[in-house]
Amino acid sequence: MLATILGVIGGVLRLSKNWIVRKLMAVYVEGFRNVPLLLWIVAIYALMTEGTPQPRDFRVAEDGTAAASMIFDAFAITNRGVYIPAPVWGPNAVFLLAIFVLSIVGAFVYRSYAKKVLFDTGRLLPMVWPALLIAIVPTILMYFILGRPIGLDYPELGGFNFQGGTQISNPLTALWLALSLYTGAFITEIVRAGILSVSKGQSEASFALGMRPNRTMNLVILPQALRVIIPPMTSQYLNLSKNSSLAIAVGYPDVRATLGGITLNQTGRALECMLLLGLFYLGLSLIISFLMNIYNNSKKLQER
Amino acid sequence: MSDTDSEVISFFVREKMLEEQEPPLTERGAVKWLRENLFSSWLNGLLTIVSLYVIWYILSGIVPWLWSPTWSLGSLSECREVLTGLGETTHQACWGVIRDRWQQLLFGFYPSDAYWRPTLALVILLAGLAPVLFGSIPRWFLLFSAATPFVLFLLLWGGPIWTPLLVGVGLVLGVVAFRYLVGVNQIVAVLAAIIVPVLFWLFLVEPIAFELTYTAPIGLEFIPSKDFGGFMLSVVIGVAAIILSLPLGIMLALGRASDLFIVTKLSVIFIEIIRGVPLIVWLFTASLLLNYFLPPGTSFDLTLRVIIMVTLFSAAYIAEVVRGGLAAVPKGQYEGADSLGLSYWQSMQLIVLPQALKISIPGIVNTFIGLFKDTTLVVFIGLLDPLGLTSAIRASTDWNGIYWELYVFIGVLFFIACYGMGRYSLWLETKLQRENR
Amino acid sequence: MSVTENIPTRQIDRSQMKVSDEIAIEITGMNKWFGTFHVLRDINLTVQRGERIVVCGPSGSGKSTLIRCINRLEEHQKGTIMVDGTELSSDLKNIDKIRSEVGMCFQHFNLFPHLTILENCTLAPIWVRKTPKKEAEETAMKFLEKVKIPEQANKYPGQLSGGQQQRVAIARSLCMKPRIMLFDEPTSALDPEMIKEVLDTMIELAEEGMTMICVTHEMGFAQAVANRVIFMDQGQIVEQNEPKEFFNNPKSERTKLFLSQILGH
Repeated sequence: MLATILGVIGGVLRLSKNWIVRKLMAVYVEGFRNVPLLLWIVAIYALMTEGTPQPRDFRVAEDGTAAASMIFDAFAITNRGVYIPAPVWGPNAVFLLAIFVLSIVGAFVYRSYAKKVLFDTGRLLPMVWPALLIAIVPTILMYFILGRPIGLDYPELGGFNFQGGTQISNPLTALWLALSLYTGAFITEIVRAGILSVSKGQSEASFALGMRPNRTMNLVILPQALRVIIPPMTSQYLNLSKNSSLAIAVGYPDVRATLGGITLNQTGRALECMLLLGLFYLGLSLIISFLMNIYNNSKKLQER
Repeated sequence: MSDTDSEVISFFVREKMLEEQEPPLTERGAVKWLRENLFSSWLNGLLTIVSLYVIWYILSGIVPWLWSPTWSLGSLSECREVLTGLGETTHQACWGVIRDRWQQLLFGFYPSDAYWRPTLALVILLAGLAPVLFGSIPRWFLLFSAATPFVLFLLLWGGPIWTPLLVGVGLVLGVVAFRYLVGVNQIVAVLAAIIVPVLFWLFLVEPIAFELTYTAPIGLEFIPSKDFGGFMLSVVIGVAAIILSLPLGIMLALGRASDLFIVTKLSVIFIEIIRGVPLIVWLFTASLLLNYFLPPGTSFDLTLRVIIMVTLFSAAYIAEVVRGGLAAVPKGQYEGADSLGLSYWQSMQLIVLPQALKISIPGIVNTFIGLFKDTTLVVFIGLLDPLGLTSAIRASTDWNGIYWELYVFIGVLFFIACYGMGRYSLWLETKLQRENR
Repeated sequence: MSVTENIPTRQIDRSQMKVSDEIAIEITGMNKWFGTFHVLRDINLTVQRGERIVVCGPSGSGKSTLIRCINRLEEHQKGTIMVDGTELSSDLKNIDKIRSEVGMCFQHFNLFPHLTILENCTLAPIWVRKTPKKEAEETAMKFLEKVKIPEQANKYPGQLSGGQQQRVAIARSLCMKPRIMLFDEPTSALDPEMIKEVLDTMIELAEEGMTMICVTHEMGFAQAVANRVIFMDQGQIVEQNEPKEFFNNPKSERTKLFLSQILGH
């Protein structure tokens, strides 16, 4: 998920008019593409275990200073993992959640309503800000009206470690970061190629019709670029799912480790375990490519 | 308002042409460059400033760390002492480890008096690849390229000269059988081309090699593949797999494009299964299971098993690349070949494949880059690739606790190799585009 | 190519073709550089409302660049361009205003392949002119009828022939109700038998009194429709005259050479 966002932003930035931004993105892409993923995973893992403070560094010393401090008093990055506040679900939480979901739906409804107004009467309502407001404001209002049904349990230093909150283990964070950055670099290139594949004449024609660059991007360039982007994107997602098996490098128990490691050790039936493992990934791949195919067909271009 | 057109026209003839002028100052040189590339709008200006800050932030973190006078030191504790003595913090690299262990990182536990062998092998490999890669070298050189794999095998593993030689003879036999029989029946010819060398390898190579070794013991000292390691291992696995998987991949691609239902389905199933499962699972399969599938009694070492597995793996990917190449050959070429009365194999060999392969070389190189990076995965089944060696190095008391220097060194090596190959494939792509136009 | 080729077969109705005193476009002292290359040199050109101008010249002479400057697809570096009294500068408001007054057709049509013909024609009216969709569709159908392809409205550009695509492109520009139309070699990517249908559409447009600037090598069209022919070479206007004089009695050596090349055999 982060990889997609990174990739799309990166792809757009790589085409930026700004020379420094372009070069910076090029360095990012080449750096991640040309070094093995495994190296990145272990390097980031090493960074997180060796380069981050220990929980006891957070203790405030007698002179009032601490060797390390928490971000907003809520997040702590330590060599035992990243601590973030954990939500505590109050009695009315479900109600609040429902409102949140509803208001997001509402935002989409508003968008299509705005489009309809534009089509019917020609009035162009602002789209982005009201939609965001609709999505967020009711939830925040209700949050206070309902008397803060969802609290946050902040991690606090107790003894030699943090108490409370949720601990995200370092291996997971390292894996997630490395995979996102690595896949993001590839997606950057895909997005860039996709946007470049739309001929310059398309944006020129759109400009000549009086459309602004933003709208040109949304209505003309991106819909066409998407067609080119989807197939290689599919294979990137497949790669990503397969690369997640590298979790073994940092000792995070993914399917491969649980199935291939624990089960194998306990039963000693290598053949069956490998078969099961292979089938799992095969199934995952098939599902992903099936979904992406459906999406791809819906975006396909009509030709003669 | 005038009704006739001509009234409004100002007749105009230019008697003297205008000379070319220099653009105004704001439109040229550094000023223009800055304005267009960095500050074309306030948003861009902001981006410029943010990026400059990012660059400064990253560099200010990295440069002092890199700039560390520790090249000649022998252990991590010495490093720390020297750095503290200089009044520096410990947030600095300790490059002594690279000087101390770079040979190990490159060659693993390969005997140090034989380092010339892999080095020479690399040179020969590059020379052998040249005609394939650049395509502007006399054709007789291709024979040399064909002989390269056997020379490489000999150089790397050593042992008597005869075994690789005889394996090569087997291949030649296969080609001869194919040429001889292709006039009779194509399918027979293909089968013969496969069966003859296999039979030769299974039953004749060993005794003949044994006899020859006995009578003429020419060869190099044998080095077991468990001593292979480091960057060399990555290159060996990568190159071996790609060379071996090329013919297999081409066959699979042809199979997938074939009209025969069973052949097509089998190829598709093979390709999809291989591609659907991560390499790491296949590697485990290689380390645990391959013995199940091989005739009992044969046991060969892990490196070879890994090479076989990686070969199968990359064959599936190469098959997809070649399939793309086959699809890119215009339909007219197939029809042209058919209209000349060429048989399937003839048209493939003479018309379609040369074009398809030429188109797919960039894709193959990209596959190779991916494969080369993935060779680091062999660390999980106990082979000492560069990453595996880092823990081996950390295990010594001198260098306990050293991470970054080694990672940076390995990363830079991989970067140089992969970036170079990536540039090459880009160059090739633009060259192909130029030629096709 | 010869003068006689592609001359419209029917009588051209000149009743609406009137040139008024009102100035549509005024270009003074305009210069443009691509890097250090001086593409347009000291261009002075005044276009009055209702004029039909044909710009010709060897390739690389800057004619396309000239008309692309008029709606700011290219930025000029020196001099001024006024369109309908609005000056083209980096001011976005002015650019928007001018672009919605000036329609343009390209050599390679540049239809949006992911939208139907009708959607191609209604996209800009809806999003730029803020016309209600229904109204925009009605207008679009009207113009599609005018270019004689209303039956293709729900097809995609990829399903049409080149000539049809170019006519759709013209209709798409017309849907924005421009007061000036620019044509950038509209027929040079077309097969000979399709050129005529596009030229007929353009002639019809001229008959209705549209101000047109047209980069083209269709000299037949120039003679029949244009009221002024401009010859450009090396980024400058070398000669301009009314068509009859221009073709029969060219003054400049360069013009003579060019005409003999393009009309000669």
